[in-house]
Amino acid sequence: MSEILLQIDGKAVKAKQGMTVLDAARSADIAIPTLCHHEQLEPYGGCRLCTVEIETRGRKRLVAGCLYPVEPDLIVRTRTEKIDSIRKMILELLLAHAPDSPQLQDLAREYRADRDRFEKEASFCVLCGLCIRYCAEIKKKYAVGFINNGARREINFIPEIAAGECWNCKECFPLCPTSYLQAAYHLTEALAFPSLSSRSASKRLVTTTTL
Amino acid sequence: MPRINSAAELETLRKDILSRRDPGKPAIAICAGTGCLGLGNDKVISAFQEEIKKRSLEAQIEIRATGCHGFCEKGPNVILYPEEICYLQVTPEDVPEIVSETLLGKKVIDRLIYTDPMTGEKAAHQSEIPFYRNQMRNLISNNTRIDPSSIEDYLAGGGYSALSKALFEMGPKQVLEEIKKANLRGRGGGGFPAGLKWETARNAPGEEKYVIVNAHEGEPGAFMDRALFTGNPHCVLEGLIIGAHAIGSHQGFIYTRHDTPQLKANIDTALAKTREYGFLGKNILGSGFDFDVEVHFDVGIFVSGESSALMRSIEGKNPEPRPKYIRTSVSGIWDKPSNLNNVETWANVPQIISKGAAWYTGIGTERSKGTKLLSLSGNICHTGVVEVPFGTTLREIVYGIGGGIPNGKKLKAVHFGGPMGGSVPESLLDTPLDFDAMSKLGAPIGAGGMLVLDEDTNMVELTRFYLDFLTNESCGKCVPCREGIRQMLKILTKMCEGKGKEGDIELLEEIAEVAGAASLCSLGKTASDPLKGTLRYFREEYEASIKGK
Ligand SMILES: Cc1cc2nc3c(=O)[nH]c(=O)nc-3n(C[C@H](O)[C@H](O)[C@H](O)COP(=O)(O)O)c2cc1C
Ligand code: SF4
Ligand code: FES
Repeated sequence: MSEILLQIDGKAVKAKQGMTVLDAARSADIAIPTLCHHEQLEPYGGCRLCTVEIETRGRKRLVAGCLYPVEPDLIVRTRTEKIDSIRKMILELLLAHAPDSPQLQDLAREYRADRDRFEKEASFCVLCGLCIRYCAEIKKKYAVGFINNGARREINFIPEIAAGECWNCKECFPLCPTSYLQAAYHLTEALAFPSLSSRSASKRLVTTTTL
Repeated sequence: MPRINSAAELETLRKDILSRRDPGKPAIAICAGTGCLGLGNDKVISAFQEEIKKRSLEAQIEIRATGCHGFCEKGPNVILYPEEICYLQVTPEDVPEIVSETLLGKKVIDRLIYTDPMTGEKAAHQSEIPFYRNQMRNLISNNTRIDPSSIEDYLAGGGYSALSKALFEMGPKQVLEEIKKANLRGRGGGGFPAGLKWETARNAPGEEKYVIVNAHEGEPGAFMDRALFTGNPHCVLEGLIIGAHAIGSHQGFIYTRHDTPQLKANIDTALAKTREYGFLGKNILGSGFDFDVEVHFDVGIFVSGESSALMRSIEGKNPEPRPKYIRTSVSGIWDKPSNLNNVETWANVPQIISKGAAWYTGIGTERSKGTKLLSLSGNICHTGVVEVPFGTTLREIVYGIGGGIPNGKKLKAVHFGGPMGGSVPESLLDTPLDFDAMSKLGAPIGAGGMLVLDEDTNMVELTRFYLDFLTNESCGKCVPCREGIRQMLKILTKMCEGKGKEGDIELLEEIAEVAGAASLCSLGKTASDPLKGTLRYFREEYEASIKGK
């Protein structure tokens, strides 16, 4: 594989074809915050915290670092006033849903995000899709998926599958950036009230096996 | 009908069809479009059928249930050929009189013709009615001449001669050059040059390539793609087949609405006919070129019209957009080069090939060529489907074609592009319709939904309406779009209730900025455009909803 030379925050960085900007930055110990990213999973691009500025042939653009493929002579800036203000806003938007998440609180300190900027709507889940993608990509069980779209999107365990698979696995629980309890809560709900819940597999179900 | 195996056979067939037709034969073209359907055109159609049968006139008079005529406001629309007499708001009770008086007696029925609301002047013929007269209906005018289920009607008007020319006289490279020279720009929203996109797909590595018709038409207030595709399906198909040949694709897809059965039926009939005649399938017209098309239904939500989401949907997956750091024309459906164009973009192709790029570039402005279909709606006298050359001023469209604002109200603004568009105020009404001029004003043409707003419109409410639409119609995958819209909507809802507070406008602007910069797809990136545009021209209305508490 050919080697690609790029520049991140003024530092010359060597990367391999097929790596993303995030991969390259991490290999050079340059921190880019992420929420929906996981080393073992396909890049997703949902949280947009990894937004960085790239410059090619004099043109500047904002892109998701976790998805953008490295290319020769790329110039990357991971901290600018604009980027910081984007991350601050994203964190504030998420803190309305998961105000007590330690991971979000740490990032909030770094980016001076105001935990109380938006009215609380504590659904706790930030829809990063980690549990869903882990279950689909690694475990290949598809026991949890998204239902609905837009602002009504939610995660949902499919009772028929979850009943047989989840109790002995639960590997997705620790992935949750808000707290362990997210996946546990939804799982318990699905198993306790499979028919009551609006979330049986027969309803409109959407999984993220679509990457 | 045996397959057509050469250009010569096609022309022989065409001559044969024409020889069996008498251009002077009376024909009744009744609009069977969706607008008129709501007004009871089905009853008018059956009344004509019964009346003609009752009088045993089947052999003398032809009845055509056609696609949308355009003048939806005045439907059910009926046009009588060969004189092109337009009867408006026709009811089944009018039918016997129309047959005896006009078709047989050759007399015009005064009460059914157009009366100008301002001057009281009457107009009987299509060419005299200002709504039609002030348009340039290069694409949509065929709707009234064609029964969408009849490939013979399309062939009689010169159909598939552009395909034959592309296959036998030009070849892929020359077709591509012609489309580039014509500077055909995408009609689905972005205005991207179609020729460049075709070229990218053509040059992309890989044997397997796809061409796709985007017939999702999800923009609220837009209905011109449906009107064109339902009324003249072969025109879109011919464009698609020419494009496929130029790009080197052997498989096409039509991505269409699940909730318009008439459109689906007409597409299916047209596909069956094209296969039967040899315009689709193996060895098209004996040229050696193979190409076929599959129809896919959309997944009801707006975002499924976005190119990468649409392609996921065709793959049978959830329509979630993907970042397009690699263009879909290089890596689209199943990672193969996939060229997506809008219905109207494809429909422009046959005429460019038939009449040439030089003819085409004679219409329009410096950088926007040809005509544009618009769906005219809102506070306007004549709603309907309109086609004008680029360069027509908004004023000409609103007053010259649309007949102005009803109820003596004043015009306030014109909104283009639906939930990802913007509004221009009355003071800018002399702006020409042009991709770039309109974008500069913050009101990109989008797909062509043109919403006219009178003085009573509350622009904050309008913005709220569009964000409310998007909050349900986005996919919800990425945070700036999903959560940004959620919060903007909350603020705007409060403002509309008169509960806005100091700092709301600045907060809206801050969220809009982040959503615009960091969202994954164009939906989130442009979701705040109506907000930005109305803040630009109507900021005082936002301020009033704060002070007014
Ligand atoms: C949210 C969203 C919805 C869209 N919906 C449509 C649509 O309904 N029809 C359409 O032709 N293009 C739609 N587009 C534009 C397509 O992504 C694409 O640019 C277009 O189909 C390309 O064709 P064109 O170049 O011929 O315009 C949409 C884009 C976005 C971001
Ligand atoms: S911008 Fe909106 S529609 Fe597009 S991917 Fe993000 S959430 Fe989905
Ligand atoms: S880490 Fe890149 S979008 Fe979440």
